[in-house]
Amino acid sequence: MSVRTPAFLAICLVVAAVVFAVSIAVGNDYVFFAGYVVLQYVVLSTAWNILGGYCGYVNFGTAAFFAMGAYSTVAIYKFTTGDDAYLAIPVPIPVLMLFGGVVSGIVGFGMGYLTLRLRGAFFSIATLALAVVLETLVVNWDYVGGSRGAYIIRPEQIAPIGSYIRYLFLIMMLLAVAALAIARLIERSRLGFGFATIRDDELAAEASGVPTLRLKLIATTISGALMGMAGAPFPYYISYLQPDSTFALDYAVNSIAMPLIGGTTSWVGPLIGAVLLGTVQQIITVTISSAVNLLIVGCLLVFFVIVAPNGIVGLVHTYLQRKPDDFVGRRHVDAEAPGSVP
Amino acid sequence: MIFSFDLLINAVVSGILIGGFYAAVTSGVSLAFGILDIVNIAHPAFIILGSYVAYIINTDLGLDPILTALLMTPLFYVLGAGIYQIYYVSFERRGQESLRGLAFFFGLLFITEVSLVLYFGVDYRYVNADYIGPTWHLGDVELPLRLLVPCVVSLVMIAALQLILTRTYIGRAIMAVAQDQLALRLMAVDPIRIKRIAFGISIATASLAGAFLIIIQPVEPSVGRQYIGRIFAICVLGGMGSLPGTVVAAMLIGIVESLTSTFYGPSWAPAVSFGFLLLTLAVRPAGLMGR
Repeated sequence: MSVRTPAFLAICLVVAAVVFAVSIAVGNDYVFFAGYVVLQYVVLSTAWNILGGYCGYVNFGTAAFFAMGAYSTVAIYKFTTGDDAYLAIPVPIPVLMLFGGVVSGIVGFGMGYLTLRLRGAFFSIATLALAVVLETLVVNWDYVGGSRGAYIIRPEQIAPIGSYIRYLFLIMMLLAVAALAIARLIERSRLGFGFATIRDDELAAEASGVPTLRLKLIATTISGALMGMAGAPFPYYISYLQPDSTFALDYAVNSIAMPLIGGTTSWVGPLIGAVLLGTVQQIITVTISSAVNLLIVGCLLVFFVIVAPNGIVGLVHTYLQRKPDDFVGRRHVDAEAPGSVP
Repeated sequence: MIFSFDLLINAVVSGILIGGFYAAVTSGVSLAFGILDIVNIAHPAFIILGSYVAYIINTDLGLDPILTALLMTPLFYVLGAGIYQIYYVSFERRGQESLRGLAFFFGLLFITEVSLVLYFGVDYRYVNADYIGPTWHLGDVELPLRLLVPCVVSLVMIAALQLILTRTYIGRAIMAVAQDQLALRLMAVDPIRIKRIAFGISIATASLAGAFLIIIQPVEPSVGRQYIGRIFAICVLGGMGSLPGTVVAAMLIGIVESLTSTFYGPSWAPAVSFGFLLLTLAVRPAGLMGR
């Protein structure tokens, strides 16, 4: 199972191309609108898992990092488009994503620097409060619309791809592939092993010379930056951005529930969780209601953390381990679940 | 802008009154998080539950909300003890409380909130009581009874809690469980039972805090979220598990918030508690009255 990273990337891109081709073949743009949300959750839950799953630090502020990305786009949009713009140059979305990533990464680093030296719970509480404060700032910042919200005019068409939503879908898909590749790369590098020591026993890691604070800061920064990048194209998707819905706790609960349901130890878990839960949510939102859909997410989250602590990936592993298959058996050794008390 | 002494005094007084209410809201978390080390971020959801129980009984039977809440404390106690039992069996015993335990409480927060939304809708609900309308005047100082009554009852409740913790056998056992579980076990006390009792008490305070909340302001299911940051800021600032510290910190944050919303506008008030939280964590993590 040692596929090298370039090969992994190639496989991912092929899969992504197939998904894109199938979506076009369906011939209905709604597929892209729904698919965009699912892909956005793939990025968010993978990003959350880099800190939460690998290091064991719970971030409740996904919405804050996501919204930072979204609002940095709004700020740049106001700066570059419209009548009172300072620079009349339309900024392409990939550039906006980079910018959003940098902003959220810096915020993640700052938050981490202030709170990560203390026990984990303080970091979690601080992230929870961060969302409230950033929302206060945005509500009071008239330039990006304040509490009234901001309109972003989405172009109808874009040159080679056709409708704009397809373009957004494609960009989010590439970001998802990048996020998965980063997560997988971390998992297999020295960095990932360092993260795992923090998760398993931080005190022992510190005593053995693992630079825990530096590693945690790296994790927070990468995780925050990815969330910001996922948020940057969002104003173009939704076209009317409003603080209440952008800072909604839905993002936090989803990005925690998805990795925990899928399995937190490897990059596969968040992917499975996001695709599964994201798709189910899209169906429930359309057929029943969005409140019911959140209730289901909450119940699933509680059910999984109690009954299946290692998520779907963990369940599959235990199931496969019962069979005397040597190849399958060896695979688990390197993907041994965390927190399994001897 | 002309600086008005009246305005300042009134802002400080209403800050103190609100602070008394914040102390009631936080006392449960001080017990659970400060003493038992259980990061119950679902506490605001239980407070909202308390508000809705007070609302239902007040509209159906016309009973006083605070009296209702007092009568409901045994029910909340049982709820808390039950939740602790699940938490202990599923997470604490397995040593997984840090990641999955947090996610568990986060899930509870969501389930409670969305269930309330589905059942009651997102309309604001309020209660009726004689003391909600009138205001006492002491010279230029205004004392709205709507704030004064919860503040006084809250201080009485916290004093009672403090007496229980320091003077009774169970209370001392609760303080001891925070320090050394093994020693407690050697004294033939079951630490799990003690923790269950303590967590039950912690949730029981949410019943009263919920009644105070719905007396002070109309309530809808997601109001609780605004209190998460505030509660933990007060708990940390007060020194994690010290009830007198909690009261002082709650009054301090109440005053600063009240001054902020009087002189800068109410839309800035939510940022205050977070500023305090970050400052405390960065400068003095032990809090004002930490041991």
